[in-house]
Order: sequence, then C-alpha cells, then structure tokens
Amino acid sequence: MYLLHHLLTPGTVKRWFARFLERHERLCTAFTQAEKQVKGSAFGCRMCGQCALPATGYACPMTCPKQLRNGPCGGVLATGACEVYPDTQCVWVTAYERAEQEGRVSDLTLLQRPIDHREWGKSSWVNYWQGRDADLWTTDDGLTRTHLVLTDLRLVAGGPKA
Amino acid sequence: MIPAGDGRLRTALHSGRFAVTAEIGPPRGADAEAIAAKAELLRDWVDAANITDNQGSHTRLASWAGSILALRSGVEPVMQLTTRDRNRIALQSDLISAGAVGIPNVMMLSGDHPTFGDHPDAMPVFDLDSVQLIWTARLMRDQGRLLSGKPVKPAPHWLIGAVENPFAPPLRFRAQRMGKKVAAGAEFIQTQFVFDLDTFGRWMGEVTDLGLEQRCGVIAGVGPIRTVRAMEFMQSKVPGIHIPDHVVRRLRGVPSDQVAAQGMALCVETIETLRETAGVAGVHVMAFGHEQVVPELLERAGIPPRTATAPTVTGRTHDAG
Repeated sequence: MYLLHHLLTPGTVKRWFARFLERHERLCTAFTQAEKQVKGSAFGCRMCGQCALPATGYACPMTCPKQLRNGPCGGVLATGACEVYPDTQCVWVTAYERAEQEGRVSDLTLLQRPIDHREWGKSSWVNYWQGRDADLWTTDDGLTRTHLVLTDLRLVAGGPKA
Repeated sequence: MIPAGDGRLRTALHSGRFAVTAEIGPPRGADAEAIAAKAELLRDWVDAANITDNQGSHTRLASWAGSILALRSGVEPVMQLTTRDRNRIALQSDLISAGAVGIPNVMMLSGDHPTFGDHPDAMPVFDLDSVQLIWTARLMRDQGRLLSGKPVKPAPHWLIGAVENPFAPPLRFRAQRMGKKVAAGAEFIQTQFVFDLDTFGRWMGEVTDLGLEQRCGVIAGVGPIRTVRAMEFMQSKVPGIHIPDHVVRRLRGVPSDQVAAQGMALCVETIETLRETAGVAGVHVMAFGHEQVVPELLERAGIPPRTATAPTVTGRTHDAG
C-alpha cells in the first residue's frame, strides 16, 4: 500500500492536472467519484477530503466510530476489537500492526491537526497534489514554549518517511 | 516538572508530593446537594475530584456546573470535558468559562460512544479528538489564541489533564499515545483502573523510558470492587477494563459477604504497590456510588489526609463558586 503513496506523490504534472480538474466542474465530479470508488472499496474511505492514510498505516481513521485521527480510544476490547462494533477490529489496532510491520510506527505519533469539515465530499487527491494537505500532521506543536516536542520526547526522528 | 501555581493538584504534582484525586459523578436531577454530599466525604482526603462529563454517555448535570458546586463545597474540581457532545466552538467556550469561574483543572478525553448511554440514538459529535482538544487548550492558555486565531484575553490558566488506558490494545502503542498527549500539552494523566500490575509496570517502564513522567504527572486509577456482580459488570459492560485471572479467583474465592472486604484489601495493596512504582505521581480513586469508603481506603494504604484548608484557586469571579 505504501507503493500507492509513491504513485500519488505530487509533481508538476499532477499539480497541473488537479488545477485543470478544478476548472472543469463535471470532470472534477467524475474524478472525485472515481476516487471515492477506489478508496471506498480499498479503505472504507468516507471522503473527508483530507486523507491521513499515508500516516496511519493505510487504515482510515475516519472509519473509527469516534473518527479519532491521533490514535485509539481507551475502549478497545482485549481482543483488539472495536468497543462500538465488537465484530470488527479497531482501526488503530490495524494501523499499528501494519505500521509496525513496515517499520513506520513513528508515523502514528505525529500530531494530526483538526480537520476542516468544509472539505467533506471533495477529492483529497486534488487537495494533496496542490499542497493543501501539507500541514495535516506535524511533529511541531506550533507553540514556542516547547518547540518540536515529539522529537524531544524521542517519539519521532523527523517527519513522516517518504 | 509541572510549573508552580495555584491549586492543590498542581502544587502536589509540582512538589512531588503523592497526589490523590477521586471522582464525583454528578446526579441526573437538578440536585446541588448530591455534589455537596459527595464533596463532604472527600474534602479532607483528596487534592482534587474529577467531575465527570455525562459519564457513560448518560445525561447528567453538566461537569462545569458540578465543578462550581464542588468549589462551593471546598473541593478542588477537575472538570472533565469530552469531545463526544460538543464541537470546537462549544468546547473552547466551555474552556474559557472554566477559566472565568475559577475551575483550576480541566481534563479532556474523547468519551464513551453514545451507543453505551441512555440516548443511543444521539448524534456522536467527535469534531476534535482528545489529542486535538488538549492541543487546543494549550493554544488557548499559553498563546492566548483560539483555533481560529482570535485572541483569548485574558487567557485561562487551568492545569491540563488527559487519560490513558495502559491495558487496551495496541499495548505497545499506549506509552507513545500518552507521549502524543504530553506533546500536545497534558500535564497530568489519569489512567484506567489498575488491577493488572504486571501490564501497568511494563507500560510505566515505557513511559519512563520516554521521560514522559518528567513532564506529566502519572496518576494511576484504582478502586475497590465491592461485589462479584460489580466485577462481572466491569468485565463485560465497561470497555477497556482488564481484571486478571488471579484477581477474579481471589474475589470469587471468598463468601459473598466478604467480597467487599477482600476488594478493599486488594485495592489497599494495589495503592501500596503503586506508591513504590517509579514514576507514579499519585492515585485516582474511583468508587462510584460508595465514596464513603475512600477515606478508609487511603488511610489503610498509609496516605494521610490532605491539609484541611480550602483549595487555593484564583478565579476571576469567586462569587460564582
């Protein structure tokens, strides 16, 4: 799945394509529908428009009944199942297992910012290719008193790995 | 190190004195006396008491109102605030209000999902998650700004708390998750009930490896099990509580009229072990509906009453309290 991330990495062509799509409403709608189909069947995507998948082991946090983007709640059952839907595995248990397998647990420690609810239903790829997603997560809490705290705490070595 | 300032809980965590917090669950009725009665039982024994926010997704008197009532009764409140019922506008508004009426501690969590409560048909909000709310609170306090960037003047100055459950999967991520909350601004963490001291010890080891206990007071959750039925309820109906087999055997191994005494003894032993555990800054005693046992529990565990002075809080409007 991390391969998918490489395929989608922004570049000049994709940036141009994203701008082109935004100028053509029907095309953009069709493209967004296609994204919805692909990501919906692969990840259960809810189309929040601000995709966190690259930093969450490709387990979609918006499928969590509490939509928690910064890690699991305290109610995960001993079996690893979701407290709300006990016949499904907690999305963060899946995220952790995948990230651990790939050596990317530090991705999960990044601080995920609050999402912009105006973006629901929009294409996150179009947003991503135009750099609008660049600030979705961070190692820096943005407060001067304790700068770069995640790094200080040895939780992450740097930003998310490419 | 927690910065010095007003408030018993902050002072305990700052000075390294073993902190004691407890819990006051607000009533369903418009009953101020219910808070006062519980506060009266706890006042001399705790640094602060959490006022829960519609615990278990059951509608109750609000945690901000309960906090004001606790202040009136001379108990320093920890106002709990869940992200379940309010969006970022209402959450920030409640945090500002807590500062204005002199509530010295706030503790933020995502909260139980509505399906567990008395209104399973309710809209779950979860606009922010707990880490984002803690981060927002610190932005408001330390930079005097809302998420929108608008100034908050004067900024509130409560102590910021959070929760962690060392016993829920993925176990190996739990210390790092606490780290995220500390990075976001948590100055104290209260844990889920500790019955499984082995798992707690492993988690605490990871916490100290990360140096988190230097920045954030770890307050371990404890509570006496009163009946076998209560134990079964905790095991089956409260997500995230782990009661190991040896504890179950111990409580099932005595006649039913001795379960409460055995549960008390077990809780006393747990507190004694926690006091000896490196990095543990205090205990959070949860005794729903039988708060009267808290003093005995603490006394038997060798934790003396707090100084019997009223909590020192610098609210901007003391009269509101």
